[in-house]
Amino acid sequence: MKPKIELRDVHKSFGPKHVLRGVDLSVQKSESMVIIGGSGTGKSITIKSVLGLIKPDKGEVWVDDIRADKARGKQRDILLNKFGMLFQGGALFDSLKVWENVAFRMRRRMSAGDARDVAIEKLRRVGLGPENADLFPAELSGGMQKRVGLARAIADDPEIIFFDEPTTGLDPIMSDVINDLIREVVVEMGATALTITHDMTSVRKIADKVAMLHNGVIQWTGPVDDLDTCGDPYIDQFIHGRAEGPIEALR
Amino acid sequence: MAVLSALHGFVAGIGASVLSLFRATGALVLFAAQAILHIFTPPYYGREILRQMLRIGYFSLPVVGLTALFTGAVLALQIYIGGSRFNAEGVVASIVAIGIVRELGPVLGGLMVAGRVSASIAAELGTMRVTEQIDALTTLSTNPFKYLVAPRILAGVLTMPILVAVADTIGIMGGFLVGVNRLNFNASTYIANTVDFLQAGDIISGLIKASVFGFIITLLGCYHGYNSGRGAQGVGTATTNAVVSASVLILAANYILTEVFFST
Repeated sequence: MKPKIELRDVHKSFGPKHVLRGVDLSVQKSESMVIIGGSGTGKSITIKSVLGLIKPDKGEVWVDDIRADKARGKQRDILLNKFGMLFQGGALFDSLKVWENVAFRMRRRMSAGDARDVAIEKLRRVGLGPENADLFPAELSGGMQKRVGLARAIADDPEIIFFDEPTTGLDPIMSDVINDLIREVVVEMGATALTITHDMTSVRKIADKVAMLHNGVIQWTGPVDDLDTCGDPYIDQFIHGRAEGPIEALR
Repeated sequence: MAVLSALHGFVAGIGASVLSLFRATGALVLFAAQAILHIFTPPYYGREILRQMLRIGYFSLPVVGLTALFTGAVLALQIYIGGSRFNAEGVVASIVAIGIVRELGPVLGGLMVAGRVSASIAAELGTMRVTEQIDALTTLSTNPFKYLVAPRILAGVLTMPILVAVADTIGIMGGFLVGVNRLNFNASTYIANTVDFLQAGDIISGLIKASVFGFIITLLGCYHGYNSGRGAQGVGTATTNAVVSASVLILAANYILTEVFFST
């Protein structure tokens, strides 16, 4: 089956630093893929390459039949309309109210009243009441901001959703709530999900498949159920959080 | 050998600085070209444009107005002192008006707005860059140039002439207050001298300057903010660079525009 997202031999360097050295990755339609890896291994660069926010130095990025790394103009608009993204820090627009953030994309084709109604429905979907709609992001807690970010990511029913470190900075209980929400909305919408995280609890809750990024390449990829038994030394070190192993830890 | 090495280092340093200057100039010109292209192509974000006009124009009025008021007042005193040395005290009203409208209104207004608006735009866009809000705009199918840069530059170009026109009026009023209350000019004679010697070209050239300064202020605020480095230090540097470069460019552009108006 043709993958929904495919990266072929993607390279990216920043000056002398080679972050991606030939990433090959396929994500099937309606699959939830989680990329794990240490800090600074290029997880964010990988998803930003798919979105066209960063241009790879070499390689190809495909989303359906569109060459994402080359898409321009109308083709890029079509491409971006397929995506929703939850950013690590929420990336909510400070100057807009919560409902305006959620309804941001829909405002171009809907009246303010209709967009607000849809936004309130999406907020309800992530467990936030309508009383939050007219607040500004700065008035919300970290967990609530994550929920608003999630509501914004799913607001226009995208085909593909990216989650960048969805539980970073949250307490364990709120992390669990966000993980459950992510799993629910992805299954409910039938969307293809690509998540980057180093929170193993999230991995086990969200993932269908897992890919391990290390040294600029995908070291291992397979079903989440195989994580503990795959025998890959990188995976083994990472999931058990050991300082000793093939992944060098700075001391 | 050591001298040769030091000389090599010195020349290489100059070369690197020149290359860096050309690179920065090229990047700024490309940024400006892209911004202008987005100003003239839809979609337009009317609400954003109005919001920026209010922020750049209306909220800058107190600081620009006060600057103009005191500048007009000081100008009247200085021209009176200078003029009295060759019995030309009578030119106070006309020189205050011409000086304010042609030069001091747009330049001082531009510098004050550069300090206020350029810094604020750079800080806002820099923070949006650092907190990934600019990336978020892209993922929401919104071109950041269209949504963030174009409305700010358009608002700057449109509101600065209005702001400067108000500042000119306040500046002339500052001169009038000093002229009448401190230097004992007759009020109606002062006004008559102001109106009689002021030509349409004086006013128009000042307003064109204001519009160009509005472009410079907002462009440099957007450029430095949009390309801000990471973290608080990156945003701080972007803010400083925006104010310094906008101020220097305003003064340089003022000379070029004055030469152009002088020749025509």
